[in-house]
Amino acid sequence: MSALSFTTSPRRRRTDAVMRGVLLAATLVALVPLVLVIYMLISKGIGAWSWSFFTTDPTGSFLGDPGGIKSAIVGTVAMVLLATVIAVPVGVGVALYLTEFGGGSWFSKAVRYFVDVLTGVPSIVFGLFIYITLVIGHGGFAGWKGSIALALLMLPVVTRSAEVVLLLVPNGLREAALALGAPRWRVVARVVLPTALPGLVTGVLLALARAAGETAPLLFTAVAANATTLNFGGRMNSLPLQIFNDVQQAQDRLVQRAWGAALTLVVMILLTTLIARLASRRSTT
Amino acid sequence: MDLSSTEDRSGKRAATQIPAAPAAAGSSPLAAAAGAAARTSSHEVTTPAPQVNVEGLRSWYGEQQAVRGVDLRFAANAVTAIIGPSGCGKSTLLRCINRMHEEIPGARAEGRVTLDGLDVYAKESDVVAVRRAIGMVFQKPNPFPTMSIFDNVAAGLKLTGTRGVDLRDRVEQALRGAGLWEEVKDRLGRQGIGLSGGQQQRLCIARAIAVEPRVVLMDEPCSALDPIATLRIEELIGELRANYTIVIVTHNMQQAARVADTTAFMLAGELIEHTATEQLFTNPADERTEQYVTGKFG
Amino acid sequence: MQREPDRGLTHVEAGTLTPGGGRSSLERSSLRRLPDRLLKWGLTALAAAILALIVYFFVRLADESSAAFSRFGVFGFTFDDNWDVSKNIYGALPLLVGTLITSVIALVIGVPIAVATALYLNELCPRRARGVLTTLVELLAAVPSVVYGLWGVFFLIPRLKPVEQWLSDTFSFLPFVGGPVAGPSYFIAGLILAIMILPIVSAISREVIATVPVEQKEAALALGATRWEMIRIAILPHARAGITGAAMLGLGRAIGETIAVTLVIGNAPTIGKQLFDQGYSLAAVIANEFGEAAATPIHRSALIAAGLVLFVLTLLINGGARAFVIRGERRRGQA
Ligand SMILES: Nc1ncnc2c1ncn2[C@@H]1O[C@H](COP(=O)(O)OP(=O)(O)OP(=O)(O)O)[C@@H](O)[C@H]1O
Ligand SMILES: [Mg+2]
Repeated sequence: MSALSFTTSPRRRRTDAVMRGVLLAATLVALVPLVLVIYMLISKGIGAWSWSFFTTDPTGSFLGDPGGIKSAIVGTVAMVLLATVIAVPVGVGVALYLTEFGGGSWFSKAVRYFVDVLTGVPSIVFGLFIYITLVIGHGGFAGWKGSIALALLMLPVVTRSAEVVLLLVPNGLREAALALGAPRWRVVARVVLPTALPGLVTGVLLALARAAGETAPLLFTAVAANATTLNFGGRMNSLPLQIFNDVQQAQDRLVQRAWGAALTLVVMILLTTLIARLASRRSTT
Repeated sequence: MDLSSTEDRSGKRAATQIPAAPAAAGSSPLAAAAGAAARTSSHEVTTPAPQVNVEGLRSWYGEQQAVRGVDLRFAANAVTAIIGPSGCGKSTLLRCINRMHEEIPGARAEGRVTLDGLDVYAKESDVVAVRRAIGMVFQKPNPFPTMSIFDNVAAGLKLTGTRGVDLRDRVEQALRGAGLWEEVKDRLGRQGIGLSGGQQQRLCIARAIAVEPRVVLMDEPCSALDPIATLRIEELIGELRANYTIVIVTHNMQQAARVADTTAFMLAGELIEHTATEQLFTNPADERTEQYVTGKFG
Repeated sequence: MQREPDRGLTHVEAGTLTPGGGRSSLERSSLRRLPDRLLKWGLTALAAAILALIVYFFVRLADESSAAFSRFGVFGFTFDDNWDVSKNIYGALPLLVGTLITSVIALVIGVPIAVATALYLNELCPRRARGVLTTLVELLAAVPSVVYGLWGVFFLIPRLKPVEQWLSDTFSFLPFVGGPVAGPSYFIAGLILAIMILPIVSAISREVIATVPVEQKEAALALGATRWEMIRIAILPHARAGITGAAMLGLGRAIGETIAVTLVIGNAPTIGKQLFDQGYSLAAVIANEFGEAAATPIHRSALIAAGLVLFVLTLLINGGARAFVIRGERRRGQA
């Protein structure tokens, strides 16, 4: 082949085309389960949906009408909200410590490291921990204990995402405020936090969405119940646990409810994720 | 805007009940600055701005020394320019004056800085109070992105917890003082970052003078601006001079020549020469200064 | 209330800056300095509390599992192939093996696809499709574990059974393959885990790939490299450490994943002979047996010990992953 021609050897061209094809195919393969899961959820779940599905509690009876998922929806929302209320101040506080006060000290490095460690802890281990410390010998299962398990799960996620967005706040803004003679706490409260707010909201919502789908930490903390309740001192139902228990019964009518509940849960999570995305989009404009 | 008329009243009360602190608007430098900007030429300023003394200042970033023993006097009601090649320590020196260097991890300073005899580095001196008295304008305009124009100017007062002043009044005076009032008076509620670069920088100057500091430090305030906006800021500096002690770091020697009463030349962390601006540019005492100002250098 | 004018600089505000009068005007009363200190010490205490919490976490797990460990020995508990609830004998090897097998299957299937996805999305995908495709891949992470489990039980297991049988028959010459296939199995659990770790491995890989300097990519292209050659020459060597770290983080996830695995692994406390046999995993045993274990202290202790083994395993893996990601970053820093 002459040195002066604009052609690539066919072998190299073929390899290039094949590998591009492989990468594209892999991406499509990755999406197959998503399509299948969503297809199944919709085709099986919609059938279960009805007005009474959302407005009645599980009956708990072995035969006949299994009831709806009202208590599960209420329980999930309540426990996740309480978990958020616990995790957000602590998580954002730790992130503020890391970005505004920690500097590069060994202590802040240790804190950052251990927050990372928490991120990797399996959710069921959080559940175990709460079971050991709060459930046995301390009055048994309760909704608030489930919330604390979920909060532990959310904490590292909130902290890490908050740290990232706080670091994005331009240092010039902090300096401008400090140079005006503002005390540090006001700089944090009036300049740093408001500037980072959209990003913080996004991080919190994503953590919340993740917590909403967790079953394992609730298994032996809040357990399950049939009746709708907002009493955090007693057992509380939740969507993931309702699904888990229904699947294990392997009765058609319960499995039907499980699909309906799963569709409900996924829709709730997707909506939260969508809102989180919108919040972060607003911050970039 | 969110502060109601109770502020108004408490402001008056403060003025009448504490005669020891005559916060009479007429004699405040800000009002005077606004007056000057409005070309009323009523020179009723009685108190001279304080002077700043820097003695034996040395500063380090970790192990690396950036300022190597500088003695400088910044005269009251005068504009002092600091020039010198990049990296010679101008910004560091400036930051050491209002202790902004403490915000950089690993940075430290030794020596003495006084504001009218008060030791800025003294144990009893509080860093927040120091910065309240010695304001700063940065190279890149940095209005607070979450705040409106009004709130940006009022930010200093709110952030420092100042009560007993009429916010609207102060904001208007500061904006007039920064020569921005006419341009923004109809859109005070809009975002500060919606302004042009030059307007943003004047907004930052308004924000700095709204808390009525005694000294204003400016670190290359025009380097991010176009020539027309630069000219506008230079005029403004001339007006502010009547009421404030101004220190300006600049790379633009014409700018130093236009705005400064005296000019200091720094090189490699040391002060080479500090004299009247005209003399420094026409007849410098030091050879290195001459080389620098004639462009044979760096 | 003390009558303290609300300004840092009292005299200055009034226009007379006098150093005399006893008090320097650059002072601020300690009362006014208080909020700053409170904030700083409050936040520091909060951060310290997190450290204390983790230590406490570990201590309590160790404490509660000590009964099982002292009865069976640390080694005996972890590596004995005998988990028999009815006889109150707890050797966790079948669980450990199940956890490891399913996680390895997940890595073998999931990581290549995740990395390929990352490469495609970052380097080849037409700009217009990129956003949508990226979001779709990320959506895989939004589906809760229990929903994957539900889908696994009622879709994957019945649909894949013939495929599994065919694989088992065709590849029976391989070790750990061959013989009749069970419905729930290591393979199904591993497959679901692969789907579940895919989005995170892909996301981290994309981050790592995005940090490859543009100059390096352009240098490769300017040498006349095709796209694939550019990926091979410029991107993969640069991103290798980071991708390894991503895979290890995926492994950490897979090991700790509970509910989906519980639903599809079969929950048989024995070591399966082949890929398509039923088994059990550390996390699944905790989820399943905790209800009944509440009454039997040694059983409960054994389950907590299983949790501790899980915890330590994920700590080691995540620590390793961190080291890889950091090393990758450092190398990139030098480049
Ligand atoms: N944050 C920092 N960390 C470490 N070293 C620094 C830092 N800021 C400045 N320096 C070093 O200190 C010296 C003085 O820097 P300084 O910013 O004061 O120079 P300058 O005269 O303002 O330069 P320029 O005209 O470019 O703004 C330089 O050698 C610089 O490298
Ligand atoms: Mg500088």
